[in-house]
Amino acid sequence: MDMSAYPLELPEGDRPMVRFMNVTKSYGKLVVLDQLNLDISEGEMVSVIGPSGSGKTTVLRMLMTLETINGGVIYVDGKPLTHMPKNGTLVPADEKYLRRMRASIGMCFQHFNLFPHMTALQNCMEGPVQVLGLSKAEARARSEELLTMVGMIDKKDQHPSRLSGGQQQRVAIARALAMRPKVMLFDEVTSALDPEVIGEVTNVIRKLVTEHNLTMLMVTHQMGFARDISDRVCFFFGGKIEEQGPPDELFGNPQRDRTKQFLSAVKDAD
Amino acid sequence: MSFNWRWDFTWDILPRLLAATLNTLIAAGAGYAIALVLGLILALAQRTGWRGLTVAVREFVEFIRSTPLVLQIFFVFYVGPQFGIRLSPWTSGMIAIGLHYSAYLSEVYRAGIEAVPKGQWEACRAINMSTRDTYLRIIIPQALPPSIAGMGNYLVGIFKDTPMLSVIGVAELMHTANAIGSESYRFLEPYTLVGVIFLAISLPTAGLIRLFEGWVRRKLGL
Amino acid sequence: MSIWEYMQIYGARLASGTAITCAQFVLAALIAIVVALLAGLGKLSQNWLIRGTSVVYIEIFRGTSLLVQLYWIFFVLPLFGITLPKFVAGFVSVGLNVGSYGAELVRGAIQSVPKGQWEAAYALSMSPAKRMRRIILPQAIGIMLPPWGNLLIELLKGTALVSLISVADLMFQAKQINASTFLSAQSFGIALVIYYILARFFITPFMRRMERAMARRLGKA
Repeated sequence: MDMSAYPLELPEGDRPMVRFMNVTKSYGKLVVLDQLNLDISEGEMVSVIGPSGSGKTTVLRMLMTLETINGGVIYVDGKPLTHMPKNGTLVPADEKYLRRMRASIGMCFQHFNLFPHMTALQNCMEGPVQVLGLSKAEARARSEELLTMVGMIDKKDQHPSRLSGGQQQRVAIARALAMRPKVMLFDEVTSALDPEVIGEVTNVIRKLVTEHNLTMLMVTHQMGFARDISDRVCFFFGGKIEEQGPPDELFGNPQRDRTKQFLSAVKDAD
Repeated sequence: MSFNWRWDFTWDILPRLLAATLNTLIAAGAGYAIALVLGLILALAQRTGWRGLTVAVREFVEFIRSTPLVLQIFFVFYVGPQFGIRLSPWTSGMIAIGLHYSAYLSEVYRAGIEAVPKGQWEACRAINMSTRDTYLRIIIPQALPPSIAGMGNYLVGIFKDTPMLSVIGVAELMHTANAIGSESYRFLEPYTLVGVIFLAISLPTAGLIRLFEGWVRRKLGL
Repeated sequence: MSIWEYMQIYGARLASGTAITCAQFVLAALIAIVVALLAGLGKLSQNWLIRGTSVVYIEIFRGTSLLVQLYWIFFVLPLFGITLPKFVAGFVSVGLNVGSYGAELVRGAIQSVPKGQWEAAYALSMSPAKRMRRIILPQAIGIMLPPWGNLLIELLKGTALVSLISVADLMFQAKQINASTFLSAQSFGIALVIYYILARFFITPFMRRMERAMARRLGKA
């Protein structure tokens, strides 16, 4: 593949927090993402919506380096994430480089993925102590502050099996934030929750949007929530961005037929 | 000769058998220690992602598991001298039994590791944990409790297989019972006592392993 | 001596040993299956005498070593007036030993047939015997076939011990040839390979076919 079209580093003045440049992902013959181009600026909250199989979760998983990419380059904060500069060109990143780049990204999962053998507090402290090398005291202070923020401080010594889904997801958000990422990824974080506890998780995310200058990318099925808090909404269809724009425009006045169909189908289901 | 249990003879030979039981326990313990470590190496070797190694280790494990231990014991004991390496009965016995059970334990470890949900690996990736820490701090602690039952079964299994070491002259329980039998021409008491001793050790051990498993689960908050 | 020369001289003896091993395997397997079914069902019986007998059998044979059982049956049983020829003592010991492990597989499989199946059979007012035979056992067999595959390989390995009471099986021939030639790598190595071939290319494929046939009968394939 010709890498000369891709700069080793994005120039000053054209440095979004995240840039997908011609990113392609396929499993055998099945193309999941086709030549994706997407910029996310610092502090922006971008929601990704679309039917299942449209490739929206793959976007997040690639950014977290849980999936490899088959073409193109992802840049984070101006530097390539999936590739590294070597002898004046970009080559696929090795594990050491990936680990350094991954530090600026945090992720919350649909099924929380808390560590079951650790308490809520230990879950939050694990990364800061083991990965960032913080002292136990520093990590504890940071984690307790975050658990307070998500309203879970009184459950800090409980194991995940003793917590409800909504509580587990709030701990998972605190665990991700404890790593002080520049970019936070939310992958259908309310999909596995009972309807009555969805609010406690969305409220935490709302708080992050209003009080913190985090760059966030969120895959969601909750259209109302996406409309409320996003700076921009991207509608994915068939591995491509079919339409994107400010939430009021995309939801209020969609331009493309597929967007209209999808939004009315979702509305009927509600 | 008909059935006639002699208690005086029983009391005569019991000390000798109990002394041999100690050797049996040492053999089982040493063999198990070898198997625990070697089994982990075999399990991890299959997870390096290097296909050739994975296939080779898998075939090796299959081979060890589908051939008789007693034959492996003979093989290790007799093949060495053919090439000028002389191993003592104890050494060859421990190599054979340790190797045999390492194949089984590698399967226990493998199943334990594979039973940890994929999301746990992804969560470790998301907090940027190293592979080493991921195994040591997250995966192995979760793979352990479901593996304890299997590991315990093979501890009892290795203990029950130690009589096979008698074939190359390791002075364990069976070997001693054979010796008593051929000295006294009485087989009833020594062989029955050997059976009783095995029962007296393996049944409580199986129970203890179940208790231990529950304790580990509680300890890890699972 | 090349391996071909070795096989020309000793191949026939190894082949006859293999035949004896196969015979021991088949006879021991038959005993193991019958005893496993009896003791497995017996452990679930309402009758305390049947249940107790099954538990005692299972615990004694699982709690001690096959070698101990073999020696006991061959050397001690005659003192009770039961003298078995060595060939019979061999496969009976192996069969009884493996049967005790099989009994636990039978019991476990029967207990893991969903409760709804028992209740549905009950609702059709089937007799307990008919319910077990027509509804529960066929499903339980489907559940326990895969672990029986492993158990039969353990049984094959177990038959190697009959050489220690001088049954002229594969293990015995390998030992005899080794004792007269000191060609240990060849004698024991070839025997290992033959056991491996029997396990990997006969027992395992046979059990796979049984599993597939069973799945078809249960309408799962």
